[in-house]
Amino acid sequence: MKFILIALLVLGITGCVAAVLLYLIAQQFKVEEDPRIDLVQEVLPGANCGGCGFAGCRALAEACVKADSLDGLLCPVGGQETMNKVGAILGMEAAAADPKVAVVRCNGVCEARPRTSRYDGVRSCQIMHNLYVGETACPFGCLGCGDCVAACQFGALSIDPKTGLPVVDEDKCTACGKCVKACPRNIIELRKKGPKGRRMVVECVNKDKGAVARKACLNACIGCSKCQKECAFDAITVENNVAYIDFNKCRLCRKCEAVCPTGAIHAINFPPRKPAADVQPEKKEAQA
Amino acid sequence: MKNLIVAPAPHVHSGDSVRRNMLLVIAALLPAYAVSVVAFGWGALVTACISIVACVGFEWLIAKYILKQKPTLGDCSAILTGLLLAMNLPSNLSWWIVIIGALVAIGVGKMSFGGLGQNPFNPALVGRVFLLISFPVQMTTWPLPQGFGGSYVDAQTGATPLAAMKQIVKNGQTDLVSQLPDLWDAFIGWMGGSLGEVCALALLVGGVFLICTRVITWHIPVSILATMAVFACLACPEGMKAGQYVAYTLLTGGAMLGAFFMATDYVTSPMTAWGKVIFGIGIGVIVMVIRTWGAYPEGMSFAILIMNAVTPLLNMYIRPKRFGEKKK
Amino acid sequence: MKTFHIGGVHPHDNKIYSAHQPIQECALPAKAIIPLVQHIGAPAQAIVEKGQKVKVGELIAKAGGFVSANVHSPVSGTVSKIDTTIDSWGMKMPAIFIDVEGDEWLETIDRTPDVLRECNLEAKEIIDLIAQAGIVGLGGACFPTQVKLMPPPGKKAEVLIVNGVECEPYLTCDHQLMLEHGEEIMVGIQILMKALNIQRAVIGIERNKPDAIARMQELAARTLGVEVCPLKLKYPQGGEKQLIDACIGRQVPSGALPIEVGAVVDNVATIYAVYEAVQKHKPLISRVMTVTGKSVQRPGNYLVRFGTPLSQVVEQAGGVPEDTGKIIGGGPMMGRAMNNIDMPANKRTSGLLFMTESESVRPEAENCIRCGKCVSACPMGLEPYLLSKLAELQRWDEMEKHDVMDCIDCGCCLFTCPSHRPLLDYIRMGKGKVGGIIRARQAAAQAAK
Repeated sequence: MKFILIALLVLGITGCVAAVLLYLIAQQFKVEEDPRIDLVQEVLPGANCGGCGFAGCRALAEACVKADSLDGLLCPVGGQETMNKVGAILGMEAAAADPKVAVVRCNGVCEARPRTSRYDGVRSCQIMHNLYVGETACPFGCLGCGDCVAACQFGALSIDPKTGLPVVDEDKCTACGKCVKACPRNIIELRKKGPKGRRMVVECVNKDKGAVARKACLNACIGCSKCQKECAFDAITVENNVAYIDFNKCRLCRKCEAVCPTGAIHAINFPPRKPAADVQPEKKEAQA
Repeated sequence: MKNLIVAPAPHVHSGDSVRRNMLLVIAALLPAYAVSVVAFGWGALVTACISIVACVGFEWLIAKYILKQKPTLGDCSAILTGLLLAMNLPSNLSWWIVIIGALVAIGVGKMSFGGLGQNPFNPALVGRVFLLISFPVQMTTWPLPQGFGGSYVDAQTGATPLAAMKQIVKNGQTDLVSQLPDLWDAFIGWMGGSLGEVCALALLVGGVFLICTRVITWHIPVSILATMAVFACLACPEGMKAGQYVAYTLLTGGAMLGAFFMATDYVTSPMTAWGKVIFGIGIGVIVMVIRTWGAYPEGMSFAILIMNAVTPLLNMYIRPKRFGEKKK
Repeated sequence: MKTFHIGGVHPHDNKIYSAHQPIQECALPAKAIIPLVQHIGAPAQAIVEKGQKVKVGELIAKAGGFVSANVHSPVSGTVSKIDTTIDSWGMKMPAIFIDVEGDEWLETIDRTPDVLRECNLEAKEIIDLIAQAGIVGLGGACFPTQVKLMPPPGKKAEVLIVNGVECEPYLTCDHQLMLEHGEEIMVGIQILMKALNIQRAVIGIERNKPDAIARMQELAARTLGVEVCPLKLKYPQGGEKQLIDACIGRQVPSGALPIEVGAVVDNVATIYAVYEAVQKHKPLISRVMTVTGKSVQRPGNYLVRFGTPLSQVVEQAGGVPEDTGKIIGGGPMMGRAMNNIDMPANKRTSGLLFMTESESVRPEAENCIRCGKCVSACPMGLEPYLLSKLAELQRWDEMEKHDVMDCIDCGCCLFTCPSHRPLLDYIRMGKGKVGGIIRARQAAAQAAK
């Protein structure tokens, strides 16, 4: 009996002393933190992808709480819905932003872009890009090693074995921008998803003169400016021998697609053209 | 002409390969193995065959059906693990114990970490230590050398010289000194023990061969053996001459096998020269501590496994000397 | 015998194919393309116009900055255009195109074969002549030579180290140059010693060239302050830092230039160019390059005017062999594999190596077995296995901590790796990234001031 008592006493006293110590230390080193940070973090997706430009979801939450307005702060993964929730917590209005999606601006499929060498190093676009032009003659086009695929945390990218080019799964893409950073040739761009996912894209970034570009790849934009002339909304600019469609101005009329001589302009997610419309026979990769 | 190949420099290679290194180690082990076959007869042959076949088989099965990788038997590392495991076993061990050892060596020691190159501990030693702890009687009943004469299952058994030395060192039974084998016998390998414990001479030849072919460097074996020698000099028991004790320390038990073949395993030893030296000294000290004060007569396996665990630390803190670094 | 003290590997030297082949002059091209970037630093600025007639040796493009080099016309003829051309790696580079007409040289250039030993110029005048002649390091780096000859304030050169090592397997152009033009090189060394105002020069030559060692020793015996240092065979002995360590036993600290330990290193080909520029007034318009390989018909050492398409040089050596899998510009350890040979020869092209299909393919990489062979092979004392892993994981800041910027790209790690891991591929990429990060940081620090 005595032993049990002693044991209980010793343990009890040790426990009490430790509790007091712990409490004092916890008070001493307490970090004051805005409780709203935790609340905001709750509604964020928690993927820590960094797509918002901050080090992770916690960092974005801190930034939101600190900021005076939510302009410029966007969780690309959660999108507008999430930002609205964040706004509700913080009592601020979240400005509406259009959902975006990653777009691969190269259509140098195997048939169009002949191989001129065989690469035998590490399968990494960055390393191949540092070394030389790549397996084809196009110094701007996709290298096909899949650095973007490796960078994507959401499994939205994959290399199509038939074309050797990356394909974006629009349902999975969160427009976090990781692939844009990973691509050494700046081929991937975040573009407005568009109504019903419909959008017009120039799938080429080749800045060479028309003849040179065409020699390297049949699907290249040759900078002929036909699309620019055709566009009624001033949405297309041709700079450095390559056309670019401003997605804020584009009205999706599809006229540029029809005039493009090389099929570099693609209309994505449109229904097939009605037979009445002027059908382009060479348009084949519309659903790329 | 086909399209040209483009690859980053360099465009030539030394011709070295994992397979070449493994095969050279196997070749270096063969003399010692041959001696043990002469000494223990069928037992040595059967144990090694079972061990090698089991190791290779388990690696193939695990890679193919559990990890779903391309089996990497081509690098011959499983054969080496099998042979090393056999060298660490007594020749009269039952076949099923050998198979369990192989399963633990390959399955737990190697493949569970992701295969060759990923394992923190020497797989053969993991297998051996598992067996030593699980089957202490079988693992410490050593047959005496008798050649092909006797049946291997019920061979005459006896204590190893190390067990006798343990008695001398621990209990001061100086009368046992006379029971130790002749030094020359110990050197050429006419004594009881595991397959790889018998012939110091053959192991030495294999070790020197490995150093000459640059498969291993001298750092680990020399530092292990030197540490053990120094330790033995200082801790020489009464009734023995220091030189005699040093000689027995180095020639008996797993000292040679461990120093040249087990501790030098690429995957589980440090990368830098100084790291290797420290690694070797650590093993030497631990072995002698176990031999002198521990419960087991031999501690090579434990010493190497303990230092294997230290290897990542050594790799992290012992850096090679950078070019142009100021001498301090 | 001396050598450097950390790491190194022993590749088979394979010099047998082209060693001791006398230097042959390569035929002039019909159209010469002269790149404006043949050196490290800013591109040269073209100073000729379309339709302008030029003579051999005429200045056609001026150095575009402090670290840059003049470009001279290697042929005579009419400038047809100034445009871009594609180099052997498929990338664009600016160039001057000249239609070749005859072979008319500037009158000021002395074309006699006599060796002129007397040089009464001042140091400043010598350096100016070298700068005007557009001389760059012909060992491979192509760093403008005059910049090396002007040590930054507070630093003093003590010894000139002459690089006759040619540690790259296969290449033999420097070896042959020493045999055929040893005397001129010796005069060049004296000129450089004068320009640097120093009394000592050391010529480092590996012992697989005993005839070159003997020849240079014979010449050095007659020259004050010049000694020959025979070196053990070990790659990368021709690396600047390794050569200084081997010859005079001093190690250049991390991130510093050789002048930090009082050394200036120049390649024998560069020194020959210096001789020609100072004594003969001939700018750098040609170089000796080795064309070699197992199945090349006529491997040898060719004196090539810049602007000659490499394919023409190859024709002279017997054409591209049938079984070619890889063509390398330079040696096999550090040279770059090309995807075409239409590029013109220039200051950078030290050799063309044809590897057969079977020699060209890299074996598949296996798991790292942590053998540490890369660590003992690295001549800079780095840990390639670690750096490569960090680069794969994109952990740039840790790479910087582990001194990735000290890597000299020599390829010893990949050469020695028994698992055939692409260590250097990753390290090189990481080095690029870390270099960018460091530059950005420095720029930010500059801006903050």
